[in-house]
Amino acid sequence: MPIKLETTLDRMSNGQKGIIVNINGGQGLINRLSALGIMKGKRVTKVSNMIMHGPVTAEVGQTRIAMGHNMAGKVIVEVASP
Amino acid sequence: MRILLMGNPNVGKSVLFSRLTGLGVIASNYPGTTVSYTRGSMQLNGTTVEVVDVPGSYTLDPTSEAENVALQMLETGDIIVNVVDATNLERNLYLTVQLLERKIPMVVALNMWDDTTHQGITIDMDRLRMRLKVPVVPTVAVTGEGVKQLVELLHTAAITDIPVRNQDERWITIGSIINEVQRLVHHHHTWRNRLADASVQPVTGGILAMAILCGSFFLVRFLGESLIDYLVNPVFNTLWAPILEKFSSFLGGAGLLHNLLIGKLIDGQVDFVQSFGLLSSGLYVPFGMVLPYIISFYLALGILEDSGYLPRLAILMDTVMHHLGLHGYAIIPTLLGLGCNVPGVLATRILESRRERFIAATLISIAIPCAALQAMILGILGKHGIQYVAIVYGTLFAAWLITGFILRHMVKGFAPELLIEIPPYRLPIWQAVLRKLRMRVSGFLIEAVPIIMVTVLVINIVHYLGILDNIARLTSPVVTGLWGLPKEAATAIIVGFMRKDMAVGLLMPLALSVEQATVACVVLAMFFPCVATFAVLFKELGFRDTVKATGIMFLAASTIGGILRLILSL
Repeated sequence: MPIKLETTLDRMSNGQKGIIVNINGGQGLINRLSALGIMKGKRVTKVSNMIMHGPVTAEVGQTRIAMGHNMAGKVIVEVASP
Repeated sequence: MRILLMGNPNVGKSVLFSRLTGLGVIASNYPGTTVSYTRGSMQLNGTTVEVVDVPGSYTLDPTSEAENVALQMLETGDIIVNVVDATNLERNLYLTVQLLERKIPMVVALNMWDDTTHQGITIDMDRLRMRLKVPVVPTVAVTGEGVKQLVELLHTAAITDIPVRNQDERWITIGSIINEVQRLVHHHHTWRNRLADASVQPVTGGILAMAILCGSFFLVRFLGESLIDYLVNPVFNTLWAPILEKFSSFLGGAGLLHNLLIGKLIDGQVDFVQSFGLLSSGLYVPFGMVLPYIISFYLALGILEDSGYLPRLAILMDTVMHHLGLHGYAIIPTLLGLGCNVPGVLATRILESRRERFIAATLISIAIPCAALQAMILGILGKHGIQYVAIVYGTLFAAWLITGFILRHMVKGFAPELLIEIPPYRLPIWQAVLRKLRMRVSGFLIEAVPIIMVTVLVINIVHYLGILDNIARLTSPVVTGLWGLPKEAATAIIVGFMRKDMAVGLLMPLALSVEQATVACVVLAMFFPCVATFAVLFKELGFRDTVKATGIMFLAASTIGGILRLILSL
């Protein structure tokens, strides 16, 4: 059985999959993210990372979302260890 | 009776609106195309009802001006048509549930129905109807499929008796609905997925962006020039010029009426640009010089918009835009501003904070030349060599960066982070692209051409009365002292307040050196927005911020015009 690790969306590698376990932010951020389908319990696939702390792109459900680097750092994801 | 089309951004509300009302509205493949509502009407059982295309919104807790508009509209509706992206049901249902809680009769249109099959999605329509307790109709707005059934079902719009709940409870409900009605089959990666991945990776995305932007620029230039060389100029030179020459000698070659209609003769001949009469420059500048570029620019923009590429560009530009106190999505209003500043400033409504809107709108009106102005810049400088055109663009780009950098530090607040949905790539549908092009071109003809005519008329009268000489004398310290232009260039800068394209036309008879013409183009672009942009700035920013923005423009244009003059005279 693989060990589960917690990381943040910005630190995941491209193509890596995981499950969102927490949004480390205030209610405002939680609301804005959940409106786009990013919330606790959702499967997420990391797509890309722009250089110089640019936006992070991820796929949740059938939606692709791009978010700022800091915001991605607040999305806690559980991933299987490689 | 009023019917509201509501739903998440980029689900096809505007396309459906066009289908229902027959009215043309701009629809594109990115979230936030519609920032203000559009009203239209349709026949329903023999009576005329109003239909409103409401800006897209993810929730009824607004995070931007466009979403605010949506929330305010909601209070006024009798029936809601909730447009839902069938390929993205779960996320779309959040707004659906919130709308149901408002207890306004509702029908759900499951749009983009045709896309579900190849994405491996099956939705049990009957069960969805049972769960939502309102009519649900599958539609494909772009082809019109299902629209008739939607209209027939409008009178069955229903209210569901559900309590108002909090966010978590709503998501639990939605989860159980999705479990019951939706089945997903894994689908293979298509070329679109691969392209979608490549365009948001740093290296491949950067190369792609360069290729797409350069390609667009050359398409615009090539198409615009071809239209001028092979269509517009032959018509004006071989058909219109002889008629004008005859008319000119009929009027006696001089006099007030001659000057108004035909303008001054240059070397005994009618000159389409310099004569400045209603029938010469008044027709040639808008139709002969500007229209070809309006057509080619909006064709390229339409293809870019409908492909879904623009949000990807926003991701690539995000880091740069943060240096200007904005985030990447501000690139969309900026690109729209390259066509016309008015829709550009309006589109700043997709940005979250007032601070961002102020910065974005100010930057657009200072440093983003509209297509009409760009056409004239190419017209006046292009013949001296592309390097002078490049200097103008380079200077404006530098002005955009520098002004943005200063504004970022001057205006209090911080730049919110980017958070956008990236639409899937779609092959642009030609009919849709051409329809949008036709709307934008006729917008130019209806709104700009009358202003151009009035400008020509007023300038001729004012010139006849000798007022312009007084103005030129008053403004010569700046115009001549700072920018090194002949004092008559003041007229052009004042006319720039009416129409930038006509202003450049007025520079032509001044026999400027190429360096002077370069400075004049930059100053004209930056100095003052045209009256239409000014009106929309005022409407969007209010009195105080418009005054501030104008002050910043004045300073920026004076300084950068002066610096450019010094550099060019080295």
